[in-house]
Amino acid sequence: MFMTFDFVNLAYLIAAVLFILGLKGLTHPRSAVRGNLYGAVAMLIAVVVTLVDQELLNLPVLIGGMAGGAAIGAVFALTIKMTAMPQLVGLFNGFGGGASVLVAAAALIQAVGIISGAGAGGLDLQISISTVLSAIIGAVTFTGSVVAFAKLQGLVTEQPVRYRGEQIVKILVGGLTVAVAVLVILDPADMSLFWVLAGIAGLLGLLLVVPIGGADMPIVIALLNSYSGLAAAATGFVLSNTILIISGSLVGASGIILTQIMCKAMNRSLANVLFGGMGAIPEKASTDDIYAGKTKSTNADEVAMILKIARRVVFVPGYGMAVARAQSAVRQLTEAMEADGITVEFGIHPVAGRMPGHMNVLLAEEAISYDKLKEMDQINPTFKNTDVTIVIGANDVVNPSAREAGGPISGMPILDVDQSRTVVVIKRSLSPGFAGIPNPLFTFDNTLMLFGDGKKAVDDLVQAYKEA
Amino acid sequence: MDTSFVMILTIFALAVFVGFEVITKVPPILHTPLMSGSNAISGITLVGAIVASGSTTGPLAAVLGVTALVFATTNVVGGFLVTHRMLKKFRK
Repeated sequence: MFMTFDFVNLAYLIAAVLFILGLKGLTHPRSAVRGNLYGAVAMLIAVVVTLVDQELLNLPVLIGGMAGGAAIGAVFALTIKMTAMPQLVGLFNGFGGGASVLVAAAALIQAVGIISGAGAGGLDLQISISTVLSAIIGAVTFTGSVVAFAKLQGLVTEQPVRYRGEQIVKILVGGLTVAVAVLVILDPADMSLFWVLAGIAGLLGLLLVVPIGGADMPIVIALLNSYSGLAAAATGFVLSNTILIISGSLVGASGIILTQIMCKAMNRSLANVLFGGMGAIPEKASTDDIYAGKTKSTNADEVAMILKIARRVVFVPGYGMAVARAQSAVRQLTEAMEADGITVEFGIHPVAGRMPGHMNVLLAEEAISYDKLKEMDQINPTFKNTDVTIVIGANDVVNPSAREAGGPISGMPILDVDQSRTVVVIKRSLSPGFAGIPNPLFTFDNTLMLFGDGKKAVDDLVQAYKEA
Repeated sequence: MDTSFVMILTIFALAVFVGFEVITKVPPILHTPLMSGSNAISGITLVGAIVASGSTTGPLAAVLGVTALVFATTNVVGGFLVTHRMLKKFRK
């Protein structure tokens, strides 16, 4: 038995090293595919070793369950459109969280069964506390992810859903969660208490994500990602299992870093995103008054002429490009311009889209080289040498009022598109972005508005460019 | 338990640091694959689910364990596969 135990932990160590090497691989697109494979191999090692180590009483059931899960996962992964990636990531987060709750429940039943008769006090405090944590984090992750999925899939409104007394309700449910958690720790043998805890924590996850609007989704998805890892780590503490703890904390750290990056890119604190009121009041102030007579409308032919004589063009995509599914047209325009020797690059804001890195995936899908996908710090110094910047489906991330104090997006780092010679903004109307404020960029002398659906506008541009 | 609480707490703390060091170097263009890939890794709960469903303490624990098993395997297989699909697209 002792030998077997050592062998298992040795295998876990190998798996842990492979997980870390795998994540390291993700630091460059060249090594990323291999990195992901390392991760998959590590998982396989951990699973096989655990299976072998177990007394194989339920093996057919285990294999059956895993085959079922693998089939579901494979169908999801292979059939999903790349454009639906944010909701898929959200959904998978939820599965992980849900699994953690269930494992914690099963482990609790088992632990209580072993010490039955010894009284509740007989249960190790490490097990009871980590079971409670696993249940809370797992349940919050599960329901929060399901809501995030529903919002991204368009099953429920993407708008922030806010109501009177919202903060008080959240605080009350949060307090109740802690209170029930203490009760479970005091009396772990009472399984019904555990389920009440999981239920209340689930309600908390729901209440936390429902009020959050679409443009804040990158932060929520990153945070839930972190939670799914922390839930796994907590489960690791329940089972005293090293590989669960190591992998869980790697993912927890990863999600927290992404969350921080997203918050910084919006110049908002995490508390402000979770509890703040951005986009709370849908202001219906007439945009006609703000922009009246100050914006210049253009057409595809005029833009095509300007592009023809350009040497350097930068695209700035936002969520609107994804919604309009304009990325393929953008690729065609890029190819046409590159054939004429024009340098084309993409400036991508960290929070563009609905999840971290969203725009990059869409553009990579179109076989646009990752060398051309520039992050904010790389692209900003180049705008003053850029002839034309085409903003497509982005708004708040190019809003110059972020440079002034006192506004809702003040201090948020933006893409300095207004420094380029000409800015073409492709947009349906002059409606405000998520922050609900007007964008002075639209009134600048060097800005041209190309009104219309993103895909149709770029399709027309491709046509006009080829004819010009 | 062979592993003491302080021991596994040590492992936890060190792993968090390793995570921070490694992940900070991931460039923004790979943030989505990082999320879906790390999400697949968090499906390591699968190992916990195997342990739990291997338990002989009655039908309820077994049912919970197997349900967890399905959830976690979906997460793991789906996560790694979709990450692979995505990463294949990143070309020069």
